[in-house]
Amino acid sequence: MARINLEHIRHAYGAKPKSEEDYALKEVHHEWNDGGAYALLGPSGCGKTTLLNIISGLINPSEGRILFDGTDVTQLTTQQRNIAQVFQFPVIYDTMTVYDNLAFPLRNRHVPEAEVDRRVKEIIEMTGLGGWAKKTARGLTADQKQKISLGRGLVRSDVSAILFDEPLTVIDPEMKWVLRSQIKRLHKQFGFTMVYVTHDQTEALTFADKVVVMYDGQIVQIGTPAELFERPRHTFVGYFIGSPGMNVLPAEIAGNTASIGDQSIALTFQPQIKAGARTELGIRPEFISLGREGMPVSVTKVEDIGRHKIVRARFADRPISIIVDEDGEIPAEPRVTFDPKAINIYADSWRVGGEA
Amino acid sequence: MEKTWNNKAWFMVLPVLVLVAFSAVIPLMTVVNYSVQDTFGNNAFFWAGTDWFLDVLESDRFWDALTRNLIFSAIILAIEIPLGIVIALNMPKRGIGVPICLVLMALPLLIPWNVVGTIWQVFGRVDIGLLGHTVTALGIDYNYVQNPIDAWVTLIIMDVWHWTSLVVLLCYAGLVSIPDAYYQAAKIDGASRWSVFRYIQLPKMKRVLLIAFLLRFMDSFMIYTEPFVVTGGGPGNSTTFLSVDLVKMAIGEFNLGPAAALSIIYFLIILLLSWIFYTVMTTSDAQG
Repeated sequence: MARINLEHIRHAYGAKPKSEEDYALKEVHHEWNDGGAYALLGPSGCGKTTLLNIISGLINPSEGRILFDGTDVTQLTTQQRNIAQVFQFPVIYDTMTVYDNLAFPLRNRHVPEAEVDRRVKEIIEMTGLGGWAKKTARGLTADQKQKISLGRGLVRSDVSAILFDEPLTVIDPEMKWVLRSQIKRLHKQFGFTMVYVTHDQTEALTFADKVVVMYDGQIVQIGTPAELFERPRHTFVGYFIGSPGMNVLPAEIAGNTASIGDQSIALTFQPQIKAGARTELGIRPEFISLGREGMPVSVTKVEDIGRHKIVRARFADRPISIIVDEDGEIPAEPRVTFDPKAINIYADSWRVGGEA
Repeated sequence: MEKTWNNKAWFMVLPVLVLVAFSAVIPLMTVVNYSVQDTFGNNAFFWAGTDWFLDVLESDRFWDALTRNLIFSAIILAIEIPLGIVIALNMPKRGIGVPICLVLMALPLLIPWNVVGTIWQVFGRVDIGLLGHTVTALGIDYNYVQNPIDAWVTLIIMDVWHWTSLVVLLCYAGLVSIPDAYYQAAKIDGASRWSVFRYIQLPKMKRVLLIAFLLRFMDSFMIYTEPFVVTGGGPGNSTTFLSVDLVKMAIGEFNLGPAAALSIIYFLIILLLSWIFYTVMTTSDAQG
């Protein structure tokens, strides 16, 4: 268990990076708390696996240092860092039994056999592989194999951190919930520092205390699920988190008024914007109310998804999404109002202005 | 359900039957033909029954040659399989070294057998051969023409030089198919170099190793050209393998009956041993 400091980490896969574009991972400088549960969330190719492998020591960063509890581990091997990592696709030792697979990381570290037995039995219980313990791992299904991989990651009790690289990709949806809550339980029980890579926002939001959103090789925001939802620091976070994502509309900002097309919206604060910046107004579909008052919109489509309806509409000639209650009515001449507290203003995609 | 009974199906299998007949059955049957008959020329044949088989099986000549074959194959396998694995493990996995290594490895395999034999025949000669001359100059008593041990050593080194590449290439193919995640996971699990070999690389190479083992067994058991060119079966009979003896018997002595009987016995031995190896190895595979 350890506090992890990433100091000015950058990584490029090519030998001699010339420009910023050559870096798969742009500068990362953060401290991750001991015992925290972090989710690295982002689309494919955003550098989240690279960052994970840098933490575990499978990749040496081109620049920067990594500290565990204040000690520089940048040059140490994975083994010396004492990290557990679970990969996206199952890795099993298929000539060994399920039991031996789970015992392997412990036996390699010369843990006493009685302790090995205790830990392995615990993991077998947790993953529900009881009936398979004495069988060779070869004949198992993909999700059983992945449970073994997962088990091997969780079996050691003294690790600095446990890293998960999209571990539930090959698991059935039903089993995903079970395993995720078990990982969560283990986290609460033992207080491991956990880092969980995923591109699934539900997974990230339910697993982590802090979600680290990555986009194009950089961390765009670290925050609690609520912060990511209410105050996305970057328009990407707004799009990526939420279903549907945030409405981002080009807007002219003058003082504390935003104008979209010929509509003016009063802001509760006065954004500080550099001259020449591209300005946008962001508002989540949840905070737009549809009724008979406010600014006119034209409804193009209504999607009923059960608990509520998603209304697709055009506002000032821009597409927007609005979430309406299941029994909410859609008037013949619909108008919308924006909840002023939920409006975020962006300059060149980054959020600006006082927290009001 | 109504079924039409006719013999049309025979026409369907006929092409294959004809092909197999010409490629295998007919040549084999001529040998069988010789093995159960005696002839004094003029195309006059007499029924001999199992006489030739008994002759062969009762002769020391057969058992001595068979023993030599078995020892030779055992030594060859004991050297080439482990050596091939070691070389494959140490070959580069990416970069410019890969094609260079692969070409170097493939070179010996591209040389015809009798050329390989001639190369080593000259190479090992004490008077003009680089190897033979150097070894003698170093004060080691070496002469494959006179000393049976030296003749064996020469043949074994030659075979190792010629065929280890095959094992290397097969193992290498098995090794490069292992995804990187396995090595990464092994690092995370704290596995030693030996554990990585024992639990990741060896299991993944198992299938290709089985093929390599069978191919090298069959080929080394049937070895003919190289000893024929290098030692001609000598000194004495020390390198007279079954194949060499067979040719002596059939072409040198024109003993067609015993030679045919020996051919069939030889064929059955290879078939039997290959089947045993295959069965043993695949059953242990299933048990894991």
